[in-house]
Amino acid sequence: MQEELILGYLPILVFLIIVTCVGAGMIIASALIGRKNPNSEKISTYECGMVPIKDARQRFDVRFYLIAMLFILFDIEVVFLYPWAVLFDRFNPVIFGFIEMVLFIVILLFGYIYIWRKGVLSWS
Amino acid sequence: MENLGPTLTILLTLVRIVLVMTIALLSVPVMVWVERKVSGHIQNRHGPLYVGPIGTLQPFADALKLLLKEDITPANVDKTLYYLAPLMAFVPALMTFSVIPFGPWLKIADVNIGVVLILSVSSLGIYGLVMAGWSSNNKYALLGSLRSSAQMISYEIALGLSVIGVLMHSRSLSLVQIVQRQAETTWFVIPQFLGFVLFTVAAFAETNRLPFDLPEAEQELVAGYHVEYSSMKFAMFFMSEYVAMLSQACVLTVLFLGGWLPFPIIGPLVEGLLPAVVVEWVMPLFWFFLKVGGFMFFYVWVRWTFPRLRYDQLMALGWKVLLPLALFNVFLTGFIRLSL
Repeated sequence: MQEELILGYLPILVFLIIVTCVGAGMIIASALIGRKNPNSEKISTYECGMVPIKDARQRFDVRFYLIAMLFILFDIEVVFLYPWAVLFDRFNPVIFGFIEMVLFIVILLFGYIYIWRKGVLSWS
Repeated sequence: MENLGPTLTILLTLVRIVLVMTIALLSVPVMVWVERKVSGHIQNRHGPLYVGPIGTLQPFADALKLLLKEDITPANVDKTLYYLAPLMAFVPALMTFSVIPFGPWLKIADVNIGVVLILSVSSLGIYGLVMAGWSSNNKYALLGSLRSSAQMISYEIALGLSVIGVLMHSRSLSLVQIVQRQAETTWFVIPQFLGFVLFTVAAFAETNRLPFDLPEAEQELVAGYHVEYSSMKFAMFFMSEYVAMLSQACVLTVLFLGGWLPFPIIGPLVEGLLPAVVVEWVMPLFWFFLKVGGFMFFYVWVRWTFPRLRYDQLMALGWKVLLPLALFNVFLTGFIRLSL
């Protein structure tokens, strides 16, 4: 049983190896085939023709970070929902599984309303 | 299929892998041509016309040109990440095809967690964008990749939630069984219409297509995260975007539009006229690609119909509209399924 399970994933591994080789081959091929004629102007950082001002890696808006944190929270919620969704009409009694998930989502909804009212979701 | 002996099974699997890969990679020039041709006709001009019959060879000429272009590596880049980024975008985009069933016989693998595998693999593509933006050491690239990753992870949640309604109907995560379940009942677009709409909107945002193409936004960010890339490395980002579009269209077809199943009334009529061999081997692929092709046309149509959203509107749509609607859809589906 377990061997069969692993064997089912073997084609995916083979596909991964082939795709990675093709991709790496394309990068190497373009590095070998194309012309090489660099000069200091050509390889300077592109900034619409201007001389670049300071380094590109400066501080950026903290909201990107907040979005990333919220994403982790809500994506875990989604992942929890997947096995439940497949089995949700096979609980005993049937209504039990549904009420459990409603409670789980309602708790998360409180957090959702909180971040909404704190203004995390508005970008103006 | 399974008791053919090990050698033949391995050979068949390899043939399938090569076939799927050919389909995925050949779809890029086809889609580029369709996009340029349809765009042209929507704007009352011809589109590509001269290379090959009605311009069909234009994308191949473009690919060749890109391959022969000078491969510029800017001076201030982080070399390792700069070279890895196109690969990191390209591989996950193609890997989603490992579990998509094009037809009953044309699939690489059928695993019992297919939907989860597709969602997790396709979200790995974000690493490619982040790596490209960071390693380029360019302000446009960094801002573009930040916007892009924030957009993609925001809509990832809506995308994941909109699928749950389908799973409640299919009772399985395997894509083959989802299609078989639709053969027994009905296409899931009917009981899951809200989920279908949410998935479509989220798919447009996930693939950075108009009206959600803010990561590229030529007027403000010149091209976004791949501005410092040239030659084949640029082409790889380009290809992975088109392959991601195709894979989203394929997933949508499998989950909501019945995969390789024929259309309800027209399907049996057409198949009645054909020999049994064709019906068994060719027609499933025909129906599948007809649906996918229709959706690809829809991509281009939408591109020239809607204006681009502002960034705050984009985030508001994802978090304040799609997310609650998707949760509501889960409740609604559960309620209907249990009361029946």
